[in-house]
Amino acid sequence: MPPKKELTFLDSARNQKRVRTFFYITLVLLLVIDLFIPKHGHFSWEEAPFFFAAYGFIGCVSLIFGAKGLRWLVKKKEDYYD
Amino acid sequence: MIKPVPPAFIFMAGALLVPLLKGRLKAVYLIALPVLAFVDLLAMDNGTYWIVRFLNQDLIFGRVDRLSMVFGYVFVLITFIGVIYALHVKDDGQHVAALLYAGGALGVTFVGDLISLYFFWEAMALASVFLILARKTEDSNRAALRYFLWHFFGGLCLLAGIVLYALERDTIAFAYIGLSDPSTYLIFIGFCLNAVVFPLHVWLSDAYPRATVTGAVFMSALTTKSAVYILARTFPGTPFLIWAGALMTCFPIFYAVIANDMRRVLSYSLINQVGFMVCGIGIGTQLAINGVAAHAFCHIIYKALLFMSTGAVLHMTGKVRGTDLGGLYKTMPYTAVCCMIGAASISAFPLFSGFISKSMTVTAVAEEHFTIVWFMLLFASAGVFHHAGIKVPYFIFFGHDSGIRAKEPPVNMRIAMGMAAFICLFLGVYPDPLYRILPYPVDFVPYTAFHVLGMLELLMFGALAFTLLVLSGYYPAEMRAVNLDTDWFLRLPGRQFILFCQKPLQRFFESMNRILLGVVGTLKTWPRWAVGTEEKNDYLFHKKLTAFPEFIYARARYLKTEIKQLSFNLTYILLFFVVLLWIMLYWTG
Repeated sequence: MPPKKELTFLDSARNQKRVRTFFYITLVLLLVIDLFIPKHGHFSWEEAPFFFAAYGFIGCVSLIFGAKGLRWLVKKKEDYYD
Repeated sequence: MIKPVPPAFIFMAGALLVPLLKGRLKAVYLIALPVLAFVDLLAMDNGTYWIVRFLNQDLIFGRVDRLSMVFGYVFVLITFIGVIYALHVKDDGQHVAALLYAGGALGVTFVGDLISLYFFWEAMALASVFLILARKTEDSNRAALRYFLWHFFGGLCLLAGIVLYALERDTIAFAYIGLSDPSTYLIFIGFCLNAVVFPLHVWLSDAYPRATVTGAVFMSALTTKSAVYILARTFPGTPFLIWAGALMTCFPIFYAVIANDMRRVLSYSLINQVGFMVCGIGIGTQLAINGVAAHAFCHIIYKALLFMSTGAVLHMTGKVRGTDLGGLYKTMPYTAVCCMIGAASISAFPLFSGFISKSMTVTAVAEEHFTIVWFMLLFASAGVFHHAGIKVPYFIFFGHDSGIRAKEPPVNMRIAMGMAAFICLFLGVYPDPLYRILPYPVDFVPYTAFHVLGMLELLMFGALAFTLLVLSGYYPAEMRAVNLDTDWFLRLPGRQFILFCQKPLQRFFESMNRILLGVVGTLKTWPRWAVGTEEKNDYLFHKKLTAFPEFIYARARYLKTEIKQLSFNLTYILLFFVVLLWIMLYWTG
């Protein structure tokens, strides 16, 4: 396949900002919808407002800091086993 | 009416013809084999057939029911996609190994007894080793040996378990076993090793990133999922598996976040996904087993898609590490889109295939009120989006511009990726065809407003965490490093242990040599009468008796004895022993 024109739409800072803004708007929309839909979870806390959003956010932040801790524990040089 | 044959034999016998064909004919033949196998599957009825009497046991090559059919379909489907993805490969050995491997997986799926199960199980292990060896680097050769040793160990456990089990229960039926006697534990360990249950998981994250581009696609699909199938048949409802599975979903995601090789990230997320299935097997209800089968089906397709798209990057750029890549969407948009479809599917985004299958297992866990396990699975769902869903596409195709301007991969790779991506989307939007072939009747509705919103919230706010941490610089940077895993306990202390044993032994033999030589030296000069005898002995042994062998040697030394011929010589020696053994057995018995 001959090399085509490169895609560069994410190079400009303006487009990057647009993507981020779109992302943040989606988040707010999700939170608004959360207040209005009927809920039917197996556990009582599933029906609390914003439960999944909070769990997702906290879970991922703790995942990253946990991974940083793990790296401190298990990181060795690339030729460690050689 | 077509008379079906065991589908495993289509691949296994078909593989042998591959080296005889060339060019376009070979391509057509390679594609025709999975098609033929699929037609064969459609012609197979439920029931038990193809029974062969061997050593007073019934070997069953066709035990067909709804559970085995789901796995049969998806194994054939992924072989079809994988073969197309690998069509450009010139090395026939890889095609043969892949087909034998797929044949082994199909064999495992449809056998009805433990002996033929063992045969196909080992065939899979052996064939897949060649998919690592075919990379032909020093690193991959060593990884292949480690991979082989792991599976050798698992196979031995399984064999020992099967023999004991057959002696105890007087049956070799491949059916529900359950944990009770030591023999069942041995079988369980053998199966768990292939199902990457902690701590027997390291062979996967060690070997898969080192396999060939095309081999990794087959490997990601077959070994672990056939083990999932076997566990679902032999150990459903084992409480240990619930917790083992939950642990498997959680710990690999930490490793995946800090792994640099993108195929290693995918390997860890593979363990995470198999964790969901193992957990479902532990729950063992109808909904859970349905969830396991559905998740295995979807997982095979989207994981293969992810391995294919990262493999395409590796094929075109020769690089697969996060530190070396970035900004590839500019020249590889097609691969980028395929990768993102795979990423969305593995993250269980609504409208993608993971959503309609993973939620079944999670719901089954909630229905049985395993609260902690439910929280673990939810955490893992957010975590898998984090590394496989965002990290892999972001660091390869977006992120910082690495300056690499690679072209799109060859057309066969693009077709294979497109097919897998289509299936991911199709099943996500319209899961009915998959739900219809599941082992038990399905009355599960994935698309409820609450469920969709809950999943979207979980994923999007996980993405928010990623965005904020990357922007603020807290996200752990990609680094070239080795991250120790449980194999450290075998690899380094193992080496130390060998040295530990070797050194004292070496010392011992050296001192023995010294003492012995000293004694012999003394004897040569004392007492005087003995010296004369010794000289006579010397003459007899060193001159007279050696004359004949020297005579022969003088003529035989022209034969090649260089080290390069060693393998031939060894083969002849082995053959000689086999013939000798045969003669001995023949005359004695």
